[in-house]
Amino acid sequence: MYVAVKGGERAIENAHAWLAEERRGNTDIAELSIAQIREQLSLAVNRVMAEGSLYDPDLAALAIKQARGDLIEAIFLIRAYRTTLPRFGASEPVDTGAMACNRRISATFKDLPGGQVLGPTFDYTHRLLDFKLAADGDPPKAPTRDAQLGDVPHVTEFLNREGLIEEATHDDTPPPDLTREPLEMPADRALRLQALTRADEGFTLGLAYSTQRGYGRNHAFVGELRIGSVPVEMEIPELGFAIEIGEVTLTECETVNQFTGSKTEPPQFTRGYGLVFGQTERKAISMALVDRALRWEELGEDNVGAPAQDAEFVLYHADNIQATGFLEHIKLPHYVDFQSELELVRKLRREAEAQQLQEAAE
Amino acid sequence: MKDALNENDPRKAWMGLLAKAPAGRVAALLGAAISRPAFTWLRAPEIGSTMVRARAGATGAPFNLGEMTVTRCALTLETGEVGHGYIQGRRKADAEVAALVDALMQTAMASSLRTAVLDPLKTEMTTVRVARAAKAAATKVDFFTMTRGED
Repeated sequence: MYVAVKGGERAIENAHAWLAEERRGNTDIAELSIAQIREQLSLAVNRVMAEGSLYDPDLAALAIKQARGDLIEAIFLIRAYRTTLPRFGASEPVDTGAMACNRRISATFKDLPGGQVLGPTFDYTHRLLDFKLAADGDPPKAPTRDAQLGDVPHVTEFLNREGLIEEATHDDTPPPDLTREPLEMPADRALRLQALTRADEGFTLGLAYSTQRGYGRNHAFVGELRIGSVPVEMEIPELGFAIEIGEVTLTECETVNQFTGSKTEPPQFTRGYGLVFGQTERKAISMALVDRALRWEELGEDNVGAPAQDAEFVLYHADNIQATGFLEHIKLPHYVDFQSELELVRKLRREAEAQQLQEAAE
Repeated sequence: MKDALNENDPRKAWMGLLAKAPAGRVAALLGAAISRPAFTWLRAPEIGSTMVRARAGATGAPFNLGEMTVTRCALTLETGEVGHGYIQGRRKADAEVAALVDALMQTAMASSLRTAVLDPLKTEMTTVRVARAAKAAATKVDFFTMTRGED
């Protein structure tokens, strides 16, 4: 029986009031400021910007505070806010060769020009809890050394004199935009890269790991990983020329992958590409591995049926806001759906019982 | 966009500097130099976004990386010069002062504003950049050979 019901407003209001109180926690403890989150939880801020697909550290910090540290909830808030913004235009493609690098390493070429620059990394830390952080006190000053400013060419450019590495040839095709048109298959590489850069870090990491373990193995090396800031330039119609409108921090990962050649391509090293907002190294490396796995078709490789090769599977399940939206909606009232299911099960049960009775009688 | 020198280059340079200046900094420098002239809005400050693009493999076909917040406005001085402000983030007051400096740089005040606002801004921003680069340089690995396998 269908019964239209209303109600719950007061319960919802009171739940939200309690949520606000719980968010604040014990008022004897100082409240977190947005600036504190932005400065001291910057990698969480970076993840929210990357997957929220909106570069604005203060907004991401606010979202993290509002979401009580639930990063997917924070990403949801950023995505919702993003849709309210008028779009002024699109930038020129950023030049990551002009990046002011904080970090730049290569796992394949020891003596890369410019050197291996570690930057502020967790690598080589002992992963032991540091109880000094539980006490007050300022950290020691980071040492410095004379530096040269200027462009930092990509490693692959240097090492491709022999032509053993696949080239990424210049092209100016305007890219599709999944924020404007729904994601549809087949998805070209530009669309895949857009979906991957805002994809859930955990999902992307899991898929990338699956390729390393053998599900569509493509044996990736990190040819280069760099983190730093690049200027963003946009053509201003009222001026008739492009100007720099800001600067974003990005993490870029280029993999070089063993490739024995196919029907269409000679033996060479192929490449996977990851580029993500903020200092987001795990995500950028994962993105590069998944990008490479998804390129099987254009490189003439076999589809071995690995999950990471299946563009539809990867791209339709990589967005954590779509995923959580659909997943979490099942906890909302489904009284009518469930009522009809209940009727159906009761009917089937009655029929089954009637049949049993009949068989017993025969 | 690495074109040969052209007439717009100086303006490109100061607009880029104003766009990337830290919050409130241009206002402080301008306030210390002059009292603000009157102007009328052509476009009141407005917050929006720009889709940031990048290239596959750094040099290949473009793709959409994600958006960034931008504030823009346009104004005209009583003497007729039009100033545009396009700056990163959600900062209406900073967009206004960026547009004002852009307009004033087209007047006779250009050289005094360059000295009072743009040059110090550039110096400060370069200092920050150099300090960061110096910390990065200190983390550069100096390899030394222990044994050489192929010998």
